[in-house]
Amino acid sequence: MEKVTLRLKEPVTVPLEAEVISPDTFQGKTRAEIEGLPVYCGNEEGRLGDFFAVQGAEAREIVLEGDLSRVKQIGAGMTRGRISIYGDAGMHLGATMRGGEIIVHGNASDWAGAEMAGGMIYIQGNAGHGLGGAYRGSARGMNRGLIIVWGDAGNEVGNAMRRGVIVVQGNTGDFTGAFMIAGTIIVLGRLGDRAGAGMKRGTIVAFHRLQLLPTFRYDCTYRPTFLRLLLIGLRARGVDIGDTYLEGHYLRYSGDLTTLGKGEILIWEGA
Amino acid sequence: MLKIVQGEVYDPINGIDGEKRDICIEGGKIVAEVEGAPTIDASGMVVMPGGVDIHSHIAGSKVNTGRKMRPEDHRGDVVPRTNVTRSGVGYTVPSTFTTGYRYAALGYTTVMEAAVPPLTAKHAHEELNDIPLLDKASFPLMGNNYFVLKYIATGEFQKVKAFVAWLLQATKGYAIKIVNPGGVDTWKWGKNIESLDEKANTFDVTPRQILTTLARVQEDLGLPHPIHVHCNNLGVPGNYETTLKTMEAVEGRRIHITHAQFNSYGGESWARFRSKAPEIATYVNDHPNVTIDVGQVIFGEATTMTADGPWQYRLHQLTGHKWVNSDVEMETGAGIVPYRFSKRNSVNAIQWAIGLELLLLIEDPWRVFLTTDHPNGGPFYFYPQIIKLLMSQDARLEMLESVHKWARTRTSLKELGREYSLYEIAIITRAGTAKALGLKEKGHLGVGADADIAIYPKLDDPEAMFSRPRYVIKGGEVIVEDGKVVKDGLGKTFFVEPAYDEAIEGEIREDFEKYYTVTFENYPVQLEHYLPRHEVIPCG
Repeated sequence: MEKVTLRLKEPVTVPLEAEVISPDTFQGKTRAEIEGLPVYCGNEEGRLGDFFAVQGAEAREIVLEGDLSRVKQIGAGMTRGRISIYGDAGMHLGATMRGGEIIVHGNASDWAGAEMAGGMIYIQGNAGHGLGGAYRGSARGMNRGLIIVWGDAGNEVGNAMRRGVIVVQGNTGDFTGAFMIAGTIIVLGRLGDRAGAGMKRGTIVAFHRLQLLPTFRYDCTYRPTFLRLLLIGLRARGVDIGDTYLEGHYLRYSGDLTTLGKGEILIWEGA
Repeated sequence: MLKIVQGEVYDPINGIDGEKRDICIEGGKIVAEVEGAPTIDASGMVVMPGGVDIHSHIAGSKVNTGRKMRPEDHRGDVVPRTNVTRSGVGYTVPSTFTTGYRYAALGYTTVMEAAVPPLTAKHAHEELNDIPLLDKASFPLMGNNYFVLKYIATGEFQKVKAFVAWLLQATKGYAIKIVNPGGVDTWKWGKNIESLDEKANTFDVTPRQILTTLARVQEDLGLPHPIHVHCNNLGVPGNYETTLKTMEAVEGRRIHITHAQFNSYGGESWARFRSKAPEIATYVNDHPNVTIDVGQVIFGEATTMTADGPWQYRLHQLTGHKWVNSDVEMETGAGIVPYRFSKRNSVNAIQWAIGLELLLLIEDPWRVFLTTDHPNGGPFYFYPQIIKLLMSQDARLEMLESVHKWARTRTSLKELGREYSLYEIAIITRAGTAKALGLKEKGHLGVGADADIAIYPKLDDPEAMFSRPRYVIKGGEVIVEDGKVVKDGLGKTFFVEPAYDEAIEGEIREDFEKYYTVTFENYPVQLEHYLPRHEVIPCG
């Protein structure tokens, strides 16, 4: 079989902890074994087959169907293969993943791609808070990989991220790129308050005017070559980027000067 | 009633070295003979007294703050409940229940909480009560206490003595703990102390005065455990000289130097950092008044938490990791900084080697004890790993090859051929610690001792052996089988009640009511509320 299809039998009202939904776990398992994988529904242990109708076996590709907005940890820690989700995904989607690809044809909840260390997450709808961020207490968020969100994202996008690229076609909430250590965040819509608060290094790219913190300092206006290449690359992946962004000038601000101050916020100034 | 038969018994206090003996238990104590008791067949197994940890951080305000500031520490180590045990989380700062279960599952039955700010003693006792299966005691911090410094400054020894005794009773404490004497007091003004004869800020007294006075107080009060000292200049290159002077300062009185590994450093800078463990070991070998525990480093995650506020600030500056500072009014301070010991880090590799050097170079196992200063050097559940390194030179050399080369070139570890026997392991983990603590019913299997017993399968690999006891017995009941807790229960708390001149209460009341945020009456720990299960250990 080429893929395993899991269809949610009926909507769950209590969160389902389903980190077993991962190509790594499904590898080499028969349909019966996949149905027997343990999941927690609230504090009660159940089987994957209790909640999902399973078709296929042993595939590197998993297709999920139904309203999975309360199904948590899908693809968490995965290292390879692909998960396609037709519907909404619950919290911690692809958290700590190291490789492979997740495509959501719907919305994702909070902590999607949190602390991920590789691989790609594509979200056609909106993402929640903490996208590609660090969990509470951790020193580092996302460390390698690519996340593209075609809708909006919540607060703390790329919080303390260390490497990788996050692209949000819509708007982001407050504290975008707060405490960034390195990496790149591109927001085509508007950013909320306090973007880049506490950032040490890294790049945040904005295409609309935003209220900068007073601890960011204007450096220059220029045309960053790397950005043009990056934007062309993202276009090839289906991100809608207008020609004017490729040719335009960008204002460069550096900060956050309360810390190392080697981060940058680039703001498109017009063609 | 219970009878353990056919086991190979290691009971160093009674001089029993691996002989086959039967152990009889009745009423929670070890007795000479029992009739018709159920038996445990311990053939092919090693029988030892339950482990006694002389220095660990398991309860109280800083431990709890350490838990709160490190959610990332717990996420990967979630412990579900079982039919017997309660749920919790582990790793460097485990929850109370998990702390108790994990100690018990290693064969430890008695653990000392080694640093309690007197003001938060109530909190510490509440948490100690919540740690299952273990017997405990706590050491109140005194080396920077306002009244101690004040009476030393005015030369009123009797008042120091009365105050210390009063404080031990008020906090239901067990021993005098001294952390960076004078330095933590000076930290209240943002500074530290670097030598034994520098004057502390509030009353112009020196660390030397604090050490000698409290050592004398300990002797006069007849406390079961000597002064328990965290030296000045902890963690700083070249600090071994301070450590030597600290041991000299007490002029032959008893002293316990805790986590000595962190105080055995040579070199003037991190670049010239090297081991001075041989110098410390030589001094300890020549001076029977000194005992130490090592504070062995375990590679991996740790959470440093001490009353040594200035050192914790320095560590925060060195590492850039998150930091909590606490100023405990008139008494002490504290700091917490997460840390990771790495094999590839030159200094960490030397620190790891120094702990082992101390254990191997100090000839008398009755005066050097195994600790990781949990969770400062690493979590206590790595004790079996250290035991393996002590018992096998091959294992040691193999690990030495895997760490930064400075551990081979700047320490003497690779030349040390000593291998510990099971008898010696029993001393550094239970018999010796119980003796140094003055706990006469712990650490041995003679008639009248508490029936706290660990039974390990006899295996070639000491790490596997000590990681998973076949049985652990606490107070005569089997609490662990095959490394799993099978019975939950609560231990008791030990404290001392040294006599004191009650005039001291009137003496300190005025300053107390002027400066403390709690009233004098609300300060002491009430026995009936805070220590439902307790035992007084006699002084003298």
